[in-house]
Amino acid sequence: MRVTDSEPLLRSEPLLDVRDLSVTFTRKGGPTVRAVDGVSFTVRPGETVGLVGESGSGKSVTSLAVMRLLPRRGVQVGGQVLFDGDDLLTLPRDRMRDIRGRDIAMVFQDPMSSLNPVVPIGIQVTEVLERHQDLKGETARAAAEELLFRVGIPDPRRRLKEYPHQLSGGMRQRALIAMALACKPRLLIADEPTTALDVTIQAQIIELLKELVQDTGASLVMITHDLGVVAGLCDTVHVMYSGRIVESAGRRELFGEPRHPYTGGLLASVPRLDAPRGAPLHPIPGSPTDVLSWHKGCAFAPRCPNRLDACIGGPPRLESLGDRSLRCLNPLEQNEEVPA
Amino acid sequence: MLKFVVRRLLQLIPILLGLSVLLFVWLRALPGGPAQALLGERATAESVARIEALYGLNEPWYVQYWKFISAAVQLDFGNSARTNRPVIEEMSRTFPATFELAIAALIFAIGIGIPLGYYAARKYGSWLDNLSVSGSLLGVAVPVFFLAYILKYVFSVQLGWFPTQGRQDPRVDADHPTGLYVLDGIITGNPEATWDAIMHLVLPAIALGAIPLAIIVRITRASVLDVVHEDYVRTAEAKGLWERTITRRHVLRNALLPVITVIGLQAGLLFSGAILTETVFAFDGVGRFIAEAISNRDYAVLQGFILVIAAMYVVVNLLVDLSYGLIDPRVRVR
Repeated sequence: MRVTDSEPLLRSEPLLDVRDLSVTFTRKGGPTVRAVDGVSFTVRPGETVGLVGESGSGKSVTSLAVMRLLPRRGVQVGGQVLFDGDDLLTLPRDRMRDIRGRDIAMVFQDPMSSLNPVVPIGIQVTEVLERHQDLKGETARAAAEELLFRVGIPDPRRRLKEYPHQLSGGMRQRALIAMALACKPRLLIADEPTTALDVTIQAQIIELLKELVQDTGASLVMITHDLGVVAGLCDTVHVMYSGRIVESAGRRELFGEPRHPYTGGLLASVPRLDAPRGAPLHPIPGSPTDVLSWHKGCAFAPRCPNRLDACIGGPPRLESLGDRSLRCLNPLEQNEEVPA
Repeated sequence: MLKFVVRRLLQLIPILLGLSVLLFVWLRALPGGPAQALLGERATAESVARIEALYGLNEPWYVQYWKFISAAVQLDFGNSARTNRPVIEEMSRTFPATFELAIAALIFAIGIGIPLGYYAARKYGSWLDNLSVSGSLLGVAVPVFFLAYILKYVFSVQLGWFPTQGRQDPRVDADHPTGLYVLDGIITGNPEATWDAIMHLVLPAIALGAIPLAIIVRITRASVLDVVHEDYVRTAEAKGLWERTITRRHVLRNALLPVITVIGLQAGLLFSGAILTETVFAFDGVGRFIAEAISNRDYAVLQGFILVIAAMYVVVNLLVDLSYGLIDPRVRVR
């Protein structure tokens, strides 16, 4: 059952509640980098949430911080990550290990490098079942076969014995998804799961994820830079820029009326098939490296068409505007044409 | 798989032929000769000529080579000019000794090197890491004979913990059916001889294993440091696997691939390293025998021994390549 109306979702307690998450990288003799700064969002049971942004916007770091998979050395994580009421950031390490793979699972970007090249696919699937569900031997193998079948891998019995290099890219990603879903997690985090794949395979993988979360009722956090993926999948979308959320809204509100100039720019830069021939593309000028530090002003200001003097003076706060949150001093007007 | 092994073994033929020619010419280019060495400085020209005629050394080198190579294919390497016994007999006496020593050195180097390298990498930047890095630098830098003398002086002469030389105390009553003294002690049910043989092996094995140990520590450490940042280790963490499963299955299995190559190369080099170690500990093996053969210009022994060692080096490397395929399916040979 797919919850198309977002009303019941909003009423239930959040499954994941990220509060004021910050991640700082420090290196001996190097500068301190705040990759994630004051990020807060919630994920309700069955909800699909998108984290969207360019490379370096902090979306992947956010997901790794939630899973506590960032290296301990040189990384400070602040804030709270409440899952089922427990703060994941302060849980004992062994309890966190119990949660990973069983309650929260993750699918990564590059299926080739995310699979161990010298271990057969079968063992890489059954090891999760052995760890969390106490399945052993033939039972675990049969369960793994069933899982591979469910994610659409033909001839799963044979594939279990094969190694990652013997599978195609799409099949590897399916295998990774099978591993993530092995223990029926309540939350699945997918970090750019289609980036390394061919376009035709991308659509299949997205469709598969959509189906699987519908069937299992799992919540999904989809991390992507691809607005097409978000449009087809997510209930709620958070747009990140330079480590902060700049705009959050329901999918329809966000796509219908982007208010942050960055969101507007992202949408305008998507090439359209129905555009007249020869129509120019509309990239966002500048690059994500042209950022102000947030304590000075809005990080997007150097690239922003709606910039005011005040934008450079002080950092804008994330303000709640009814059905959305927005971090902008001079947002796009409702129904305003997106400036090219 | 079988085809691969056969092909590699066939490659041995040109390698050994080429090496035998080189060796032959090389040895004869050395000043002095076996007759000179046998008879000493005051040898008369007549007695030298007599000895040379006896060993066929007065014939042209290509005739000598042909005689040598046609006998060698039947594993007849002639007689030692020094002991006057067949070279093949000297081999069967000395090879087990050095083989045993090399195995002991490898056990020492691998048994300490891999765990130490692994923990140094996991505790990157800690005192253990710094100690293992500087210690391994020292291990490579200190000459083997110097280390061997220091070990012998401190632990045998001063502390008396280990015997100073040889393979077995002459007072110990022991039979040697295989020539591997530790194994002999076990299969003849003689614990005293076993223990005695082990004690004789400890210091030579440490001296011989020091360089391989240092190299294994460094390679393991570097390789583990690489692998722990691989995406698949992160995937394993994301699955919530126990740390020991991650270490064993996902980190070590990948990290050991380059280590195995290095172990193979080092294992082949142990026979040449044994020359110094065995000389210091008067360990009656291949190394000591070759060292003596060199100073005596014992052509037959040098030719035979060096060819066999070269063949073993090739075989060891073949075994390494095969074991590589066992661990890494991507290079598995068909």
